[in-house]
Amino acid sequence: MREFLDMGGYAAFVWPAYAVTLAVVVANIVWARRLLRQAQAAARRRMAAAGAQP
Amino acid sequence: MNWTWFHRLGSPPHAYRLAQRLTPWFAWPAAILCLLALYGGLVLAPPDYQQGEGFRMIYVHAPTAWMSLMVYTTMALAAAVALIWRIKVAHAAAAACAPIGASFTFAALVTGSLYGEPMWGTWWEWDPRLTSELILLFLYLGYMGLRAAIEDPQRADRTSAVLAVVGVVNVPIIHYSVSWWNSLHQAPTVMRFGKPHMSPAMLWPLLVMLIGFTLLFAALLLVRLRAEILARERNAAWIREELGA
Repeated sequence: MREFLDMGGYAAFVWPAYAVTLAVVVANIVWARRLLRQAQAAARRRMAAAGAQP
Repeated sequence: MNWTWFHRLGSPPHAYRLAQRLTPWFAWPAAILCLLALYGGLVLAPPDYQQGEGFRMIYVHAPTAWMSLMVYTTMALAAAVALIWRIKVAHAAAAACAPIGASFTFAALVTGSLYGEPMWGTWWEWDPRLTSELILLFLYLGYMGLRAAIEDPQRADRTSAVLAVVGVVNVPIIHYSVSWWNSLHQAPTVMRFGKPHMSPAMLWPLLVMLIGFTLLFAALLLVRLRAEILARERNAAWIREELGA
Protein backbone atom coordinates (compact mmCIF):
# COMPACT_ATOMS: atom_id res chain seq x y z
CA MET A 1 0.00 0.00 0.00
CA ARG A 2 2.82 2.35 0.94
CA GLU A 3 4.58 1.52 -2.30
CA PHE A 4 1.38 2.20 -4.22
CA LEU A 5 0.91 5.59 -2.56
CA ASP A 6 4.52 6.50 -3.25
CA MET A 7 4.03 6.06 -7.06
CA GLY A 8 7.73 5.38 -7.61
CA GLY A 9 8.63 8.82 -6.27
CA TYR A 10 6.05 10.60 -8.45
CA ALA A 11 3.40 10.83 -5.69
CA ALA A 12 3.65 14.64 -5.53
CA PHE A 13 2.59 14.84 -9.19
CA VAL A 14 0.35 11.80 -9.74
CA TRP A 15 -2.03 12.33 -6.81
CA PRO A 16 -2.62 16.07 -7.33
CA ALA A 17 -3.33 15.34 -11.03
CA TYR A 18 -5.95 12.74 -10.06
CA ALA A 19 -7.35 15.01 -7.33
CA VAL A 20 -7.83 17.96 -9.71
CA THR A 21 -9.55 15.75 -12.28
CA LEU A 22 -11.84 14.21 -9.66
CA ALA A 23 -12.69 17.66 -8.32
CA VAL A 24 -13.61 18.90 -11.81
CA VAL A 25 -15.78 15.83 -12.48
CA VAL A 26 -17.62 16.09 -9.14
CA ALA A 27 -18.04 19.87 -9.51
CA ASN A 28 -19.54 19.36 -12.98
CA ILE A 29 -22.08 16.84 -11.70
CA VAL A 30 -23.11 18.98 -8.69
CA TRP A 31 -23.16 22.16 -10.82
CA ALA A 32 -25.30 20.68 -13.65
CA ARG A 33 -27.86 19.23 -11.24
CA ARG A 34 -28.11 22.47 -9.28
CA LEU A 35 -28.57 24.45 -12.49
CA LEU A 36 -31.47 22.23 -13.54
CA ARG A 37 -33.16 22.46 -10.12
CA GLN A 38 -32.83 26.26 -10.20
CA ALA A 39 -34.25 26.45 -13.73
CA GLN A 40 -37.20 24.26 -12.71
CA ALA A 41 -37.88 26.40 -9.64
CA ALA A 42 -37.70 29.59 -11.74
CA ALA A 43 -40.09 28.12 -14.33
CA ARG A 44 -42.54 27.11 -11.59
CA ARG A 45 -42.45 30.64 -10.16
CA ARG A 46 -43.07 32.12 -13.62
CA MET A 47 -46.00 29.77 -14.18
CA ALA A 48 -47.51 30.63 -10.79
CA ALA A 49 -47.16 34.36 -11.50
CA ALA A 50 -48.69 33.97 -14.98
CA GLY A 51 -51.52 31.86 -13.61
CA ALA A 52 -52.40 34.47 -10.99
CA GLN A 53 -53.12 37.19 -13.58
CA PRO A 54 -55.56 35.94 -16.23
CA MET B 1 -34.41 10.80 -46.67
CA ASN B 2 -36.85 11.41 -43.88
CA TRP B 3 -35.87 14.37 -41.70
CA THR B 4 -38.75 14.30 -39.20
CA TRP B 5 -36.47 13.03 -36.44
CA PHE B 6 -34.25 16.09 -36.92
CA HIS B 7 -37.18 18.51 -36.72
CA ARG B 8 -38.53 16.71 -33.67
CA LEU B 9 -35.15 17.21 -31.95
CA GLY B 10 -35.62 20.92 -32.50
CA SER B 11 -38.91 20.95 -30.65
CA PRO B 12 -38.25 22.06 -27.04
CA PRO B 13 -40.74 19.75 -25.28
CA HIS B 14 -39.55 16.75 -27.28
CA ALA B 15 -35.87 17.58 -26.67
CA TYR B 16 -36.54 18.17 -22.96
CA ARG B 17 -38.28 14.83 -22.46
CA LEU B 18 -35.78 12.92 -24.60
CA ALA B 19 -32.87 14.44 -22.62
CA GLN B 20 -34.56 13.42 -19.38
CA ARG B 21 -35.08 9.84 -20.56
CA LEU B 22 -31.55 9.44 -21.97
CA THR B 23 -29.52 10.88 -19.06
CA PRO B 24 -29.30 7.71 -16.91
CA TRP B 25 -28.31 5.66 -19.97
CA PHE B 26 -25.17 7.80 -20.27
CA ALA B 27 -24.51 8.57 -16.61
CA TRP B 28 -24.36 5.02 -15.24
CA PRO B 29 -22.16 3.51 -17.97
CA ALA B 30 -19.90 6.58 -17.57
CA ALA B 31 -19.51 5.91 -13.84
CA ILE B 32 -18.83 2.19 -14.35
CA LEU B 33 -16.30 2.74 -17.16
CA CYS B 34 -14.43 5.49 -15.28
CA LEU B 35 -14.10 3.32 -12.17
CA LEU B 36 -12.94 0.35 -14.25
CA ALA B 37 -10.39 2.52 -16.06
CA LEU B 38 -9.21 3.98 -12.76
CA TYR B 39 -8.46 0.50 -11.43
CA GLY B 40 -6.84 -0.53 -14.72
CA GLY B 41 -4.71 2.59 -14.91
CA LEU B 42 -3.59 2.86 -11.30
CA VAL B 43 -3.25 -0.83 -10.43
CA LEU B 44 -3.22 -3.20 -13.42
CA ALA B 45 -1.12 -1.29 -15.96
CA PRO B 46 2.64 -1.90 -15.66
CA PRO B 47 4.98 1.07 -15.02
CA ASP B 48 6.43 2.75 -18.11
CA TYR B 49 10.05 1.96 -18.98
CA GLN B 50 10.96 5.66 -19.26
CA GLN B 51 8.46 7.50 -17.06
CA GLY B 52 8.08 4.83 -14.35
CA GLU B 53 4.93 5.19 -12.25
CA GLY B 54 4.68 8.84 -13.30
CA PHE B 55 3.14 7.85 -16.63
CA ARG B 56 -0.12 7.04 -14.78
CA MET B 57 -0.92 10.75 -15.06
CA ILE B 58 -1.79 10.02 -18.69
CA TYR B 59 -5.06 8.41 -17.51
CA VAL B 60 -6.32 11.78 -16.30
CA HIS B 61 -4.36 14.12 -18.56
CA ALA B 62 -5.29 12.62 -21.95
CA PRO B 63 -9.04 12.25 -21.16
CA THR B 64 -9.36 15.82 -19.84
CA ALA B 65 -7.47 17.13 -22.90
CA TRP B 66 -9.71 15.00 -25.16
CA MET B 67 -12.76 16.50 -23.45
CA SER B 68 -11.48 20.05 -23.98
CA LEU B 69 -11.38 19.49 -27.76
CA MET B 70 -14.41 17.22 -28.13
CA VAL B 71 -16.67 19.54 -26.11
CA TYR B 72 -15.54 22.54 -28.16
CA THR B 73 -16.21 20.72 -31.42
CA THR B 74 -19.68 19.75 -30.18
CA MET B 75 -20.33 23.35 -29.11
CA ALA B 76 -19.23 24.73 -32.51
CA LEU B 77 -21.38 22.16 -34.37
CA ALA B 78 -24.42 22.98 -32.25
CA ALA B 79 -23.79 26.70 -32.79
CA ALA B 80 -23.48 26.19 -36.56
CA VAL B 81 -26.71 24.16 -36.70
CA ALA B 82 -28.43 26.84 -34.62
CA LEU B 83 -27.25 29.65 -36.90
CA ILE B 84 -28.04 27.86 -40.18
CA TRP B 85 -31.46 26.41 -39.33
CA ARG B 86 -32.40 28.89 -36.56
CA ILE B 87 -33.02 26.16 -34.01
CA LYS B 88 -33.43 27.37 -30.45
CA VAL B 89 -32.64 23.98 -28.91
CA ALA B 90 -29.27 23.95 -30.72
CA HIS B 91 -28.43 27.35 -29.21
CA ALA B 92 -29.36 25.88 -25.83
CA ALA B 93 -27.04 22.91 -26.45
CA ALA B 94 -24.12 25.16 -27.43
CA ALA B 95 -24.60 27.27 -24.31
CA ALA B 96 -24.73 24.12 -22.19
CA CYS B 97 -21.35 22.92 -23.55
CA ALA B 98 -19.24 25.94 -22.61
CA PRO B 99 -18.89 25.60 -18.80
CA ILE B 100 -18.24 21.86 -19.13
CA GLY B 101 -15.54 22.47 -21.74
CA ALA B 102 -13.92 25.30 -19.81
CA SER B 103 -13.64 23.21 -16.64
CA PHE B 104 -12.08 20.24 -18.45
CA THR B 105 -9.67 22.52 -20.32
CA PHE B 106 -8.60 23.88 -16.94
CA ALA B 107 -8.09 20.29 -15.72
CA ALA B 108 -6.07 19.42 -18.85
CA LEU B 109 -3.78 22.42 -18.28
CA VAL B 110 -3.27 21.66 -14.57
CA THR B 111 -2.67 17.91 -15.06
CA GLY B 112 -0.38 18.77 -17.99
CA SER B 113 1.61 21.12 -15.79
CA LEU B 114 1.92 18.41 -13.13
CA TYR B 115 3.01 15.99 -15.86
CA GLY B 116 5.50 18.46 -17.35
CA GLU B 117 7.45 19.28 -14.19
CA PRO B 118 8.91 15.78 -13.54
CA MET B 119 9.16 14.74 -17.21
CA TRP B 120 10.37 17.94 -18.91
CA GLY B 121 11.64 19.82 -15.88
CA THR B 122 9.17 22.70 -16.26
CA TRP B 123 5.63 23.50 -15.13
CA TRP B 124 4.97 25.72 -18.11
CA GLU B 125 6.57 26.63 -21.42
CA TRP B 126 5.23 28.91 -24.17
CA ASP B 127 5.18 25.92 -26.45
CA PRO B 128 2.72 25.60 -29.41
CA ARG B 129 0.65 22.81 -27.80
CA LEU B 130 0.46 24.45 -24.38
CA THR B 131 -0.18 27.93 -25.74
CA SER B 132 -2.95 26.81 -28.13
CA GLU B 133 -4.63 24.86 -25.29
CA LEU B 134 -4.50 28.00 -23.12
CA ILE B 135 -6.13 29.94 -25.98
CA LEU B 136 -8.88 27.29 -25.98
CA LEU B 137 -9.58 28.08 -22.31
CA PHE B 138 -9.81 31.79 -23.20
CA LEU B 139 -12.18 30.97 -26.07
CA TYR B 140 -14.51 29.16 -23.67
CA LEU B 141 -14.28 31.98 -21.13
CA GLY B 142 -14.78 34.59 -23.86
CA TYR B 143 -17.86 32.73 -25.10
CA MET B 144 -19.33 32.61 -21.58
CA GLY B 145 -18.43 36.24 -20.91
CA LEU B 146 -20.02 37.35 -24.18
CA ARG B 147 -23.26 35.52 -23.37
CA ALA B 148 -23.35 37.04 -19.91
CA ALA B 149 -22.69 40.54 -21.27
CA ILE B 150 -25.57 40.61 -23.80
CA GLU B 151 -28.93 41.16 -22.19
CA ASP B 152 -31.24 40.15 -25.04
CA PRO B 153 -31.17 36.31 -24.98
CA GLN B 154 -31.67 35.91 -28.74
CA ARG B 155 -28.85 38.29 -29.56
CA ALA B 156 -26.65 36.58 -26.95
CA ASP B 157 -27.37 33.23 -28.64
CA ARG B 158 -26.55 34.47 -32.12
CA THR B 159 -23.47 36.53 -31.28
CA SER B 160 -21.91 33.85 -29.09
CA ALA B 161 -22.66 31.21 -31.74
CA VAL B 162 -20.59 33.17 -34.27
CA LEU B 163 -17.69 33.26 -31.80
CA ALA B 164 -18.00 29.50 -31.18
CA VAL B 165 -17.96 28.71 -34.92
CA VAL B 166 -15.00 31.01 -35.68
CA GLY B 167 -13.03 29.67 -32.71
CA VAL B 168 -13.21 26.10 -33.99
CA VAL B 169 -10.11 26.76 -36.14
CA ASN B 170 -8.15 26.40 -32.91
CA VAL B 171 -9.17 22.73 -32.54
CA PRO B 172 -7.06 21.34 -35.45
CA ILE B 173 -4.28 23.76 -34.50
CA ILE B 174 -4.14 22.19 -31.03
CA HIS B 175 -4.28 18.66 -32.37
CA TYR B 176 -1.60 19.13 -35.04
CA SER B 177 0.55 21.60 -33.05
CA VAL B 178 2.89 18.78 -32.01
CA SER B 179 3.49 17.77 -35.65
CA TRP B 180 3.58 21.24 -37.26
CA TRP B 181 6.02 22.85 -34.84
CA ASN B 182 8.82 21.73 -32.59
CA SER B 183 7.11 21.00 -29.34
CA LEU B 184 8.12 19.72 -25.95
CA HIS B 185 4.89 17.79 -26.00
CA GLN B 186 5.03 14.27 -27.36
CA ALA B 187 3.32 13.35 -30.63
CA PRO B 188 -0.08 11.61 -30.50
CA THR B 189 0.07 8.11 -29.05
CA VAL B 190 -3.53 6.99 -29.62
CA MET B 191 -5.28 9.58 -31.83
CA ARG B 192 -3.18 8.86 -34.89
CA PHE B 193 -3.45 6.97 -38.14
CA GLY B 194 -2.39 3.36 -37.83
CA LYS B 195 -1.78 1.47 -34.65
CA PRO B 196 -1.46 3.25 -31.29
CA HIS B 197 2.08 3.44 -29.87
CA MET B 198 1.25 1.80 -26.59
CA SER B 199 1.20 -1.72 -25.19
CA PRO B 200 -2.31 -3.20 -24.78
CA ALA B 201 -2.01 -3.44 -20.96
CA MET B 202 -1.44 0.33 -20.80
CA LEU B 203 -3.78 1.21 -23.63
CA TRP B 204 -7.09 -0.35 -22.57
CA PRO B 205 -7.52 1.71 -19.37
CA LEU B 206 -6.88 4.85 -21.42
CA LEU B 207 -9.45 3.94 -24.08
CA VAL B 208 -12.01 2.96 -21.43
CA MET B 209 -11.39 6.27 -19.62
CA LEU B 210 -11.83 8.20 -22.90
CA ILE B 211 -15.18 6.48 -23.53
CA GLY B 212 -16.21 6.99 -19.88
CA PHE B 213 -15.45 10.72 -20.04
CA THR B 214 -17.29 11.05 -23.35
CA LEU B 215 -20.39 9.44 -21.84
CA LEU B 216 -20.04 11.67 -18.79
CA PHE B 217 -20.03 14.69 -21.10
CA ALA B 218 -23.20 13.44 -22.79
CA ALA B 219 -24.95 13.06 -19.41
CA LEU B 220 -23.80 16.51 -18.21
CA LEU B 221 -24.85 18.08 -21.50
CA LEU B 222 -28.34 16.52 -21.32
CA VAL B 223 -28.92 17.81 -17.78
CA ARG B 224 -27.67 21.32 -18.64
CA LEU B 225 -29.63 21.30 -21.90
CA ARG B 226 -32.88 20.86 -19.94
CA ALA B 227 -32.00 23.85 -17.75
CA GLU B 228 -31.22 25.95 -20.85
CA ILE B 229 -34.48 24.91 -22.55
CA LEU B 230 -36.52 25.86 -19.47
CA ALA B 231 -34.82 29.26 -19.33
CA ARG B 232 -35.63 29.91 -23.02
CA GLU B 233 -39.26 28.80 -22.95
CA ARG B 234 -41.06 31.56 -21.15
CA ASN B 235 -44.65 30.42 -20.69
CA ALA B 236 -45.18 27.29 -22.72
CA ALA B 237 -48.04 25.05 -21.73
CA TRP B 238 -45.85 21.95 -21.89
CA ILE B 239 -43.67 23.27 -19.04
CA ARG B 240 -46.76 23.60 -16.87
CA GLU B 241 -47.61 20.03 -17.69
CA GLU B 242 -44.03 18.81 -17.20
CA LEU B 243 -43.42 20.51 -13.86
CA GLY B 244 -46.94 20.11 -12.55
CA ALA B 245 -47.03 23.83 -11.82
